[in-house]
Amino acid sequence: MIDMRKFGDFGGIYVPETLMEPLIELEKFYSEIKDDEVFNKELEYYYRYFAGRPTPLYLAKNLTEKIGGAKIYLKREDLVHGGAHKLNNTIAQALLAKKMGKRRIIAETGAGQHGTATAMAGSLFKLKTEIYMGEEDIQRQKMNVFRMELMGAEVHSVGSGSKTLKDAVNEALRDWAANVIDTHYLIGSVIGPHPYPTMVRDFQSIIGRETREAIIKEEGCLPDKIVACVGGGSNAIGMFHPFLNDKVGLIGVEAGGKGLSTGKHSASLCNGKKGVLHGALTYLLQDDDGQINQTSSIAAGLDYPGVGPEHSFLKDTGRVKYTTIDDKKALEAFLILSKEEGIIPALESAHAVAYAIELAKDMAKDDNIVVCLSGRGDKDVEIVKDSIDRGVIKI
Amino acid sequence: MMVFEKISELKRRDENVLVSFIVAGDPDKDRTIEYLHALDESSDIIELGIPFSDPVADGKTIQEGYVRALKNGFKVSDIFDIVRKFRERSDTPIVLMTYYNLVYVRGLERFLKEAKFAGADGLIVVDLPVEEGEEYIRYCKNFGLDTIFLIAPNTSRDRIVNIDNATTGFIYLISLYGTTGAKKTVSDEAFELLKKTKSICKNPLLVGFGISNQEQVASLIKAGADGVIVGSAFVDIIGRCKDDKDVVSGLKKKAKELKDALYP
Repeated sequence: MIDMRKFGDFGGIYVPETLMEPLIELEKFYSEIKDDEVFNKELEYYYRYFAGRPTPLYLAKNLTEKIGGAKIYLKREDLVHGGAHKLNNTIAQALLAKKMGKRRIIAETGAGQHGTATAMAGSLFKLKTEIYMGEEDIQRQKMNVFRMELMGAEVHSVGSGSKTLKDAVNEALRDWAANVIDTHYLIGSVIGPHPYPTMVRDFQSIIGRETREAIIKEEGCLPDKIVACVGGGSNAIGMFHPFLNDKVGLIGVEAGGKGLSTGKHSASLCNGKKGVLHGALTYLLQDDDGQINQTSSIAAGLDYPGVGPEHSFLKDTGRVKYTTIDDKKALEAFLILSKEEGIIPALESAHAVAYAIELAKDMAKDDNIVVCLSGRGDKDVEIVKDSIDRGVIKI
Repeated sequence: MMVFEKISELKRRDENVLVSFIVAGDPDKDRTIEYLHALDESSDIIELGIPFSDPVADGKTIQEGYVRALKNGFKVSDIFDIVRKFRERSDTPIVLMTYYNLVYVRGLERFLKEAKFAGADGLIVVDLPVEEGEEYIRYCKNFGLDTIFLIAPNTSRDRIVNIDNATTGFIYLISLYGTTGAKKTVSDEAFELLKKTKSICKNPLLVGFGISNQEQVASLIKAGADGVIVGSAFVDIIGRCKDDKDVVSGLKKKAKELKDALYP
């Protein structure tokens, strides 16, 4: 019997039969290699010299002064090669795929950050790389599409369903079922069937481990609060996981879109119900019948109706608090951080920044907050400009 | 009539099994019932797909059937009405094909009870492997519903044994790597899989995914299959024909053609 790794009731392996054996193979391979010294040495090498790790933990002094509350630290995952935390996972999985003898990797992408990071890893390890991306996301993230193509990846446009991340996952799963023998499906978040949620979390936990070391060095203590945005939830779980057993307030911020009352959002944890999608039992945005809803967020990377099953578990146990920030507040935070700190955040990460700003106001000056700045915002400048031009926000 | 009884009865007459699949509510409830009766003339078992927004095991043809049904307002409760109405005029076994979320959200016990009361005989939950199916299997047993599981070309020997033990009715052999959708020939994997499962499984072996013509059916029967499951070829007719009468005659013709290839 395979190890049915669940987080309480959440997670599991709910997939068509053709995917069962590759998942069992992957679990077995991963459990053997994860503590392997050679593998970890190699991974460390690429983290350092290819990805640019460790990333700084940066005290956002101007922002802190402007808000006048707790100190706000930024974990600069935006400085990882490619501009987001996604590469932490793709280098590791691509290396794993290579060692498994796979010749081809496929991936889904929303904003294009995971697709880009997969294209980088594919090029690095000489693996044939194909990316599935929703038609709508291709429209709003053209630059990332071109970046993927420059690095040798093929990008497939997905025109079914809502034409966004969810449908890209569907299409990648179909591709995988047709090509299981030589292909590894490089899932970009802590979603999907076991062992993905655990494996991707492990690969992303370097964010939290580095943060821990840096904050102790800087402040001599652990942070009071840690804030991260949650779409599928990989940067958040990677940041939270090394702190789960500590007295640190952990807050995950979901996309409130146009507001929870409008139904146009992506807040699976704050507003969803339990269900099964893409191989795992987790909180989902769905109707009374169990049909999956269309979601909405200004940040393509958060525009997903499900969430990593471990987040569902952490919500139910109460260990992590989940909340939402709407499009408008995220846009405002995007502008504030750009102007005050000279750092343009991804719209996804701007959700976490926005919540941290609210939080900092009510905290003491010697308290400290760490925000996971999961990605940089170059990809989003057109969207933000459009929002300014349409008068949604003022610069 | 239970699925297994039906198959045993056919096998006694040296006949092989045709399972015909269409999508419930495609394009609406009334027409689904009409189409089911059309298929019933030559089919041994009916498989009725419940539309789902994210059908990862299905190819384009069946996905489009789901989209048509959902666009026309299909609700999960409709499936039970369709089965009930069909039952008024036929005792052909009906198997429901679904994705697990629809069952989970309705509540496992409630869903299975409603299915049984409506007159369904078994279920195929395409993304519920035996490893996650303990509770489901228990409820199905209680309600007297067949639990039909799938075996893929890459399923290991150990798991084939487990799946066979958890299955009642028949085993659904997936003929290829990939999703549903009509193909012209049978893949080598299908023959290898038949050979492998034949020596292990006690349940009847029916082959599905990609089956759409007489040559495929004949070659599979020759290789030892107990029958075939055909879906996309029927759903394609529904999607393609504008006129309702053409759909009905098209379904009848296709089902008869396939059934003819199933006699020894």
